[in-house]
Amino acid sequence: MIEVMQEKETYLSQFARLEERLTGNRQPWFHRTRKAAIAHFAELGFPTTRHEEWKFANVAPLTKTPFQSVAGSELDVVTAESLKRFTFGGLDCTQLVFVNGRFAEELSTIRPLHNGMKVGSLAAALDSDRERVEPYLALHAGYKDQAFVALNTAFVEDGAFVFVPPGKIVEHPLHLLFVSTSPGEPTVSHPRNLIVVGDNSQITIVESYVGLDDSLYFTNSVTEIIAGQNAVIDHCKLQQESEKAFHIATLAVHQDRASNFTSHSISLGGAFVRNDVNAKLDAEGVECTLNGLYVAGGDQLVDNHTLIDHAKPHCNSHEVYKGVLDGKSKGVFNGKIIVRPDAQKTDAKQTNKNLLLSDKAVIDTKPQLQIYADDVKCTHGATIGQLDNDAIFYLRSRGIGPEDARNMLTYAFANDILSRIKIDKVRAHLDAALLSRLPKGQEIKEALC
Amino acid sequence: MLEIRNLHAKVGDKKILQGIHLSVKAGEVHAIMGPNGSGKSTLAQVLAGRETYDVTAGEVLYEGKDLLELSPEDRAREGIFMAFQYPVEIPGVGNRNFLRAAVNAIRKYRGLPDLGIKEFLAMVREKMKFLEVDEDLLKRSVNEGFSGGEKKRNEILQMAVLDPKLAILDETDSGLDIDALKIVANGVNALRTKDRAIIVVTHYQRLLDYIVPDYVHVLSNGRIVTSGDKGLALELEEKGYAWIDEQPVGSDA
Repeated sequence: MIEVMQEKETYLSQFARLEERLTGNRQPWFHRTRKAAIAHFAELGFPTTRHEEWKFANVAPLTKTPFQSVAGSELDVVTAESLKRFTFGGLDCTQLVFVNGRFAEELSTIRPLHNGMKVGSLAAALDSDRERVEPYLALHAGYKDQAFVALNTAFVEDGAFVFVPPGKIVEHPLHLLFVSTSPGEPTVSHPRNLIVVGDNSQITIVESYVGLDDSLYFTNSVTEIIAGQNAVIDHCKLQQESEKAFHIATLAVHQDRASNFTSHSISLGGAFVRNDVNAKLDAEGVECTLNGLYVAGGDQLVDNHTLIDHAKPHCNSHEVYKGVLDGKSKGVFNGKIIVRPDAQKTDAKQTNKNLLLSDKAVIDTKPQLQIYADDVKCTHGATIGQLDNDAIFYLRSRGIGPEDARNMLTYAFANDILSRIKIDKVRAHLDAALLSRLPKGQEIKEALC
Repeated sequence: MLEIRNLHAKVGDKKILQGIHLSVKAGEVHAIMGPNGSGKSTLAQVLAGRETYDVTAGEVLYEGKDLLELSPEDRAREGIFMAFQYPVEIPGVGNRNFLRAAVNAIRKYRGLPDLGIKEFLAMVREKMKFLEVDEDLLKRSVNEGFSGGEKKRNEILQMAVLDPKLAILDETDSGLDIDALKIVANGVNALRTKDRAIIVVTHYQRLLDYIVPDYVHVLSNGRIVTSGDKGLALELEEKGYAWIDEQPVGSDA
């Protein structure tokens, strides 16, 4: 316990030291939010495995590593050329690049925007766009009860601010690329994104978290998405952090009447990965789709927690998460669905399927349904298994070798999630990333393309 | 081409094949008939290399090689094809890509270069047309959501594309309506050449009206109890399988 106290202390003293210099603190309202957040963090401390939501993900290796906040001096090691492999093969999109959590304007491309639309650095928007930021920021990601959200809120330096006024169809996808590198001491960044989509507007957003090299760092990101009435949002998060990295990310979505939100969460990299997706369906007629794919090997840990909060009647949610676990990796899926007393005629469907490729890989899967309304349809199902022997034999009986057969089936299992992504070039990029994570991926590609 | 001598096989403790003798030469069509549980499908699966069956005695020579020593994929590469009684659904693996992967795996084994996508498609389309298979089938996942008839036709398409030396059809006729049955039979008959051998495993005589066999063997309790020409199939149809149980066992076909 004393040790945990000390680890918390590191961040508290860091806050005291950096407080005056942190972004946006010229805005008293935001400074107050930071102070509130650090106070909550002081109270909460880091979660331990005794904490129900962190039962299977021990953060001790993270809290014991002395991560340093950085000033952004390593910005110049990142060039457009070195980022090429993280972009989507000439996709015509607006792209904001962040290096260790800070906006890199010279590496970013912004397509012509609709009147009134804002796309840029959150740090800048805190000062220049207060009337569009203040009503939303830190309202939906709960810093009062989630330690890492509190930490992010207290230390946030930068991130993306996206504001789409009502009635705009944003044609070009938006790519938020967070690249990290930590050549010296292990560093931490707390990227923070605020995405506000007005009534009847539509946008596609891809958030990528990538490691430039194999260094040790910690990304603690928070994204808040506010979907106005009838808004349509397609969100894709790609996690390809370095093999030593810690990645903790929270996505908080607030949906207004008849909005349609789709999330694709693809987790391929990192050593310790925790994704929280929390969606609040806060008005009638909302559609919410959460898709996820996690592929892990070696000693990786990937923990996905999702929460779909059906607060109002006539909302639909569909959730499919799939995991492929090899080596000694560990996967966690915890899918909570709350149906509030008001939320009659809810239709919620949750599926989690896992493929274990080795005897030592582990998955903990847990559906959690809390239903307080009586006229609802909620289904959930989880499977854990190996590849289908009948299918392997079928492929072999046609001349395909056993390794290739296994790889083809593994790829098919995982690709099912990628095939739901609508932008061809993003899907192709992820497809290549997935193949590079599978043994003999190149050969599968040759066989299948 | 194929010599089966005294083949015994079991699943777990259950003995299924109890001394099969069969000789198949190039150019011949053999029908293997028998009641449910007689071991027909087991024989087909053992020849294809299914590992759930233990071969406990006997040997199988294919073109002079010890077949039982070969892996399932090597049997396919050596020219053996089995059409499954229950084709497996494989979601996420496209039928076209699967077929091409199979064609090229076999070509690689034989020291041939990969077939380019254009040549491959031209070849497959021609076979599809002949077998009256809808081209849509290529775009779908292997057997996923296929009707019973589509699955069986897909098996015959694979057979036509992979061009085997020895084809084994495991109850390919079961569950087919007469139109589908004729198409399947046409596909098989088109493959009848002097270099190729075909083994048709079936429960019903009906298929043999369309694929006329050179030899008919009747299997009961894991042994071939009687053999003959196509007349034997008609006799079976007339008298039913109960009739064979009344025959003296051990004719050792």
